[in-house]
Amino acid sequence: MEMTLTTHQWVRSRPVSGWWRLWASTQVRWGVILLVAMTVLVVIGPFVAPYDPAAPVGKPYAEPSAVAWLGTDNLGRDVLSRVLSGGVYLAWMAPVSALLSVVIGAAVALVTAYYRGWTDLVLMRSLDVLLAFPGILLTLLCVSVFGPQPILLVGLVVLTLMPGVARVIRGAAIPLLDREYVLWAKAVGTPGPVIILRELLPNVSSPLLVELGLRLSWSVGILSSMSFIGYGIQPPAADWGLMVSENGTGLGTQPYAVLAPILMIILYTIGGGLIAEGAARVMARTEGKA
Amino acid sequence: MTMVLKASGLTVERADGAPIIEDVSLGLDRGEVMGIVGESGSGKSTLALALLAYARRGVRIAGGSVRVADTNMLELDTATLRKARREVVAYVAQDPGAALNPMLTLGTLLTEGLAGSKAEKVVRAREILRKVGLPDDEAFLQRRPRQLSGGQQQRIAIAMAVIAKPKLIILDEPTTGLDVSTRAKVLDLIRQLCISDDLTAIYVSHDLAVIANVADHVTVMYGGQVVEQGTMQEVLATPRHPYTRALLNAVPSLQARQTLRPIRGRVPAVGEAPNGCIFSDRCDHAIEACNTRPALRLVGGTQVRCVRPELAEAFEVRPQAVGHSDRQVANNSAVLQADGVNAFYGHRQILFDVSLQVEPGRCLAVVGESGSGKSTLSRCLIGLHGNLTGALSLDGKPLPLTVDQRDRNARQRLQYIFQNPNASLNPRRTIGQSLAAALANRPEACGNRSGAIIAEAFERVGISPHLAMRYPAELSGGQRQRVAIARALVANPAVLLCDEVTSSLDVSVQASVIELLRSLLADGLGMLFVTHDLAVVRNIADTVAVLSAGRVIEQGDVYKVLSAPSHPYTQSLLANTLQLPTEAIDVPTIARRQSAAGSR
Amino acid sequence: MTVDSQNDNATIGIFARLQPLLARLLQGGLTLLAVSLLIFLAARALPGDVANMILGQSATQEQLDLLRVQLGLDQPLWWQYLIWLGGILRGDWGTSLSNGQPVADLLALGVRNSATLSGVALAVMLPLSLLVGVIAAQLRDGFVDKVFLGMSMVANAVPDFVTGTVLVALFATTVLHVLPAVSFIPPGDSPFSYPDALVLPATTVIIPGVMYLARLVRVAVIDVMATEYIQTAELKGLSPSRILFRHALPNAVAPIIPAASLVAAFTVGGVVVVEYLFAYPGVGSALVDAVTNRDLPVIQANVLVIASAYFIFNLIADSFAQRDEAAGQRQSKA
Repeated sequence: MEMTLTTHQWVRSRPVSGWWRLWASTQVRWGVILLVAMTVLVVIGPFVAPYDPAAPVGKPYAEPSAVAWLGTDNLGRDVLSRVLSGGVYLAWMAPVSALLSVVIGAAVALVTAYYRGWTDLVLMRSLDVLLAFPGILLTLLCVSVFGPQPILLVGLVVLTLMPGVARVIRGAAIPLLDREYVLWAKAVGTPGPVIILRELLPNVSSPLLVELGLRLSWSVGILSSMSFIGYGIQPPAADWGLMVSENGTGLGTQPYAVLAPILMIILYTIGGGLIAEGAARVMARTEGKA
Repeated sequence: MTMVLKASGLTVERADGAPIIEDVSLGLDRGEVMGIVGESGSGKSTLALALLAYARRGVRIAGGSVRVADTNMLELDTATLRKARREVVAYVAQDPGAALNPMLTLGTLLTEGLAGSKAEKVVRAREILRKVGLPDDEAFLQRRPRQLSGGQQQRIAIAMAVIAKPKLIILDEPTTGLDVSTRAKVLDLIRQLCISDDLTAIYVSHDLAVIANVADHVTVMYGGQVVEQGTMQEVLATPRHPYTRALLNAVPSLQARQTLRPIRGRVPAVGEAPNGCIFSDRCDHAIEACNTRPALRLVGGTQVRCVRPELAEAFEVRPQAVGHSDRQVANNSAVLQADGVNAFYGHRQILFDVSLQVEPGRCLAVVGESGSGKSTLSRCLIGLHGNLTGALSLDGKPLPLTVDQRDRNARQRLQYIFQNPNASLNPRRTIGQSLAAALANRPEACGNRSGAIIAEAFERVGISPHLAMRYPAELSGGQRQRVAIARALVANPAVLLCDEVTSSLDVSVQASVIELLRSLLADGLGMLFVTHDLAVVRNIADTVAVLSAGRVIEQGDVYKVLSAPSHPYTQSLLANTLQLPTEAIDVPTIARRQSAAGSR
Repeated sequence: MTVDSQNDNATIGIFARLQPLLARLLQGGLTLLAVSLLIFLAARALPGDVANMILGQSATQEQLDLLRVQLGLDQPLWWQYLIWLGGILRGDWGTSLSNGQPVADLLALGVRNSATLSGVALAVMLPLSLLVGVIAAQLRDGFVDKVFLGMSMVANAVPDFVTGTVLVALFATTVLHVLPAVSFIPPGDSPFSYPDALVLPATTVIIPGVMYLARLVRVAVIDVMATEYIQTAELKGLSPSRILFRHALPNAVAPIIPAASLVAAFTVGGVVVVEYLFAYPGVGSALVDAVTNRDLPVIQANVLVIASAYFIFNLIADSFAQRDEAAGQRQSKA
């Protein structure tokens, strides 16, 4: 009754487990590479910046020159130095917020989906309340009350994004509860936490990565938007979102002061977008097969 | 005799050039029914679609010709092809629930594409509804497919196909998803239509018994090739290709308990077929000459693709009957017992006062159609269905009703095997890890011995332990089901609860699983086997409980119940179960066809 | 499910269908109440004393106390909340602290402008995404489809103000100079009188919306086209247009409707940033201004309006999603 596969078949048809399967996606790989490159750039940026990002080096809105490669901004500061220094906050705040929202959201989703009952009801209903409140308003209100502290901003972004993650992961987990392998685990008396970690979690790895990529983009979006409308990182600190709003009036004369930080934000968000896209495609492929 | 269908050299390829079906030729006269039989992966559905000049996405018809009446299907421009599909060839899909657009009314579904005024169309629709045995009032025409039962949906699909009076109708597994009684009625309808409308039909099925009951001719497909083709009687009486023979040997019979001979190995994937005879890698009689691909040749009235068809004379056709169970109950004590079980979904009662017992070394089959509550019953026993009353006992001690109240011993002693092998194993774990996880619930067996126990379980179910590193997706359906059984064995159980474990498997694979389960019974395991298939019951069970609408209506020794059923429901179930004719001459095909049979 | 049992289910069905809707509405009312409380508390917690702000630094303690009593600031917090809530319900939204105008009047202007912006954006977005999605699905895996997928990935990842700024650079300031970079609409004038001022803000909202929705349309159409009933329709010899419009689209649109409502909600929520970017005189920019000026009544009113609109679209999305879920369950049982 033994079947023998040739080595060729063996290698080709071998489905790789969990995260490796996702890493095999070109988009996921490029997304991760892009994010790592951006992070490295942001971390070493302040050290390689030619000037002090807060000090004027010429007249306002000077065109790019040998002195200031990307020209100067509204206060005559070097745009290149400010772009290189302007991602520090984003570089830790966005990943931390995204990671926290996904971890907390997934935990809430899996636990409530598995145990059901009244905790499920209470938790999901309170998440609904949070979802019913546009994130940017909540952030705006709280920041105007407590001031733009980074920890507060991270907390608010998590609060804004987490309910959505919970909803999606819960939606992915609930059909799994009727799968035979989960029923089997229940039937032999496997403890709930073990079922959640060993049976459910590995099978929502694709939607989890989709969420992580998506929420990373959105964290960058919310945080830089807050800076842009003046309730995030405060001047004179260098920050991409802030730079866009500071130099908006000079867009006609010195576009680099706006376009350079915008390019950085785009690259950063695309990193997350690529991961989400790649993971979603892996998910569609595997589901199509099943 | 006018030839309605003439297909020759039909080849369908994947985009990379790997053939899905290769060099298939069919011919069919007016009023005849051709059965196309094959297991999954044989290319039978691809063939059915190719006859309509249709290929699924990523697949193309690479060569050959299909002539239906005077239409050359493969050489039409798109507009004419659409017209031909409306008027010349029609198609009925397997799952009517999926094949009928849920957003459209039955009236629209039946009459769209027809020529004529609205009033004429309604008249036609009513006429066809009466013909297929459905109500023909306006209200019914306004219904949507989801408001019908499965049998009614399939009647609509058939009506949709025949309303334009096509020359040829292609039925792709039209009765596969239906209960036996519904299936019998739909088959009756198809036979009736064949006679009354003189329909020419292609009937595709994996089920030889169904084909034997409707078809005049049969084409046996394997790995995308025709391996045998001939009249129904001829092929059934003297199957000449080893595959046809093996297939017949694997079909369980309702009449007697037999040794079932599984076919070893698995159906080759597209593009990975052996170079010589397509069946050579699984054939018990393969010789050197089988390494070159044989052509179809005419042997004694049938076309056979085998270098030595004369072997047919040397082997007996049907497997030997094995004596009925002589396993007497040693101490007559039930290992698992249920008394007066009532189960509910919300306020709806699913099971009524069900009592049964499972004895060691014996198998109790629970038989019922869909909706009879048989799956609920097995879930009640394993403790996954919370909403029930009654009493359970295991080894004479009371057994709590839900799994979280049971102790570890009880959970280990009762093991469950699921219907769907594709979902019964965690896809993100290797099968070895799945077995190890099962062992983790048995602390006394952990540690040094765990490896040995796992290897032993794999050996027991006929899976080589070196496959332990593989993921479920790398295994065939039959292998997955064996792994699921191995996972149950690891727990050292007293009772196996098997829920339709063979119903999603091909017949040759089913045979191997049944043989495996029989050997486990011989080891002294008690077994509860839930199924809808009476032939499987005959081949595995010692006692049987017939479940209808949540009640056990008949219970007793398999031999007695299946030979002399006392309850009318059991009688009708038996009467509706299709069988391969034991004597090929008795094929209950449509009498009128006897004259046409010899014409090929 | 048999034919006969269908009719019995119909009467029960009405209750079964109404009950979750009522529950939703009740839950929605409670949510809005919670939101209003949150807004009230947040606004109260804003740093700076209101009386101080109105009267300026030179005011004496007596004057301040008197004003506090007039404004009801000496009452307990819960009482102030009830008074405020009662005022909201009667249409008395208070007066702006920065310019003394009735909040209701300011709000009416803002709401009209914002509703116009969102309405125009949605009116373009919905049909456009259907069109783009169907085209991408038809050209599946082709060049156009791949370009679309790439663009939609970028447009969905990038924040609104970035899209908007790029549009401004392209059409207003740097490359072309055909549209205004700032949407100046005098108070009291209809935004429709200044169509060119509407174009860039609306486009900024439309692009990510279309890219998101069209993607869903594409997947839904592809999924539906792969179903057996579409295959059956093809094998019945129906024309491609009939298959697309009668057989595929009605089934494909169903899963998109909740997403469309959700996008509508996001559009309303995202209005803050877009309006700020273009200095478009709507509720969003009014809110940012009010927060800067610590103008409590205006903050409260604007937040409440945006949250309610957001909430209503969410509610619509939810009830559609639930209906689909229920339909799916019925289907799987049948």
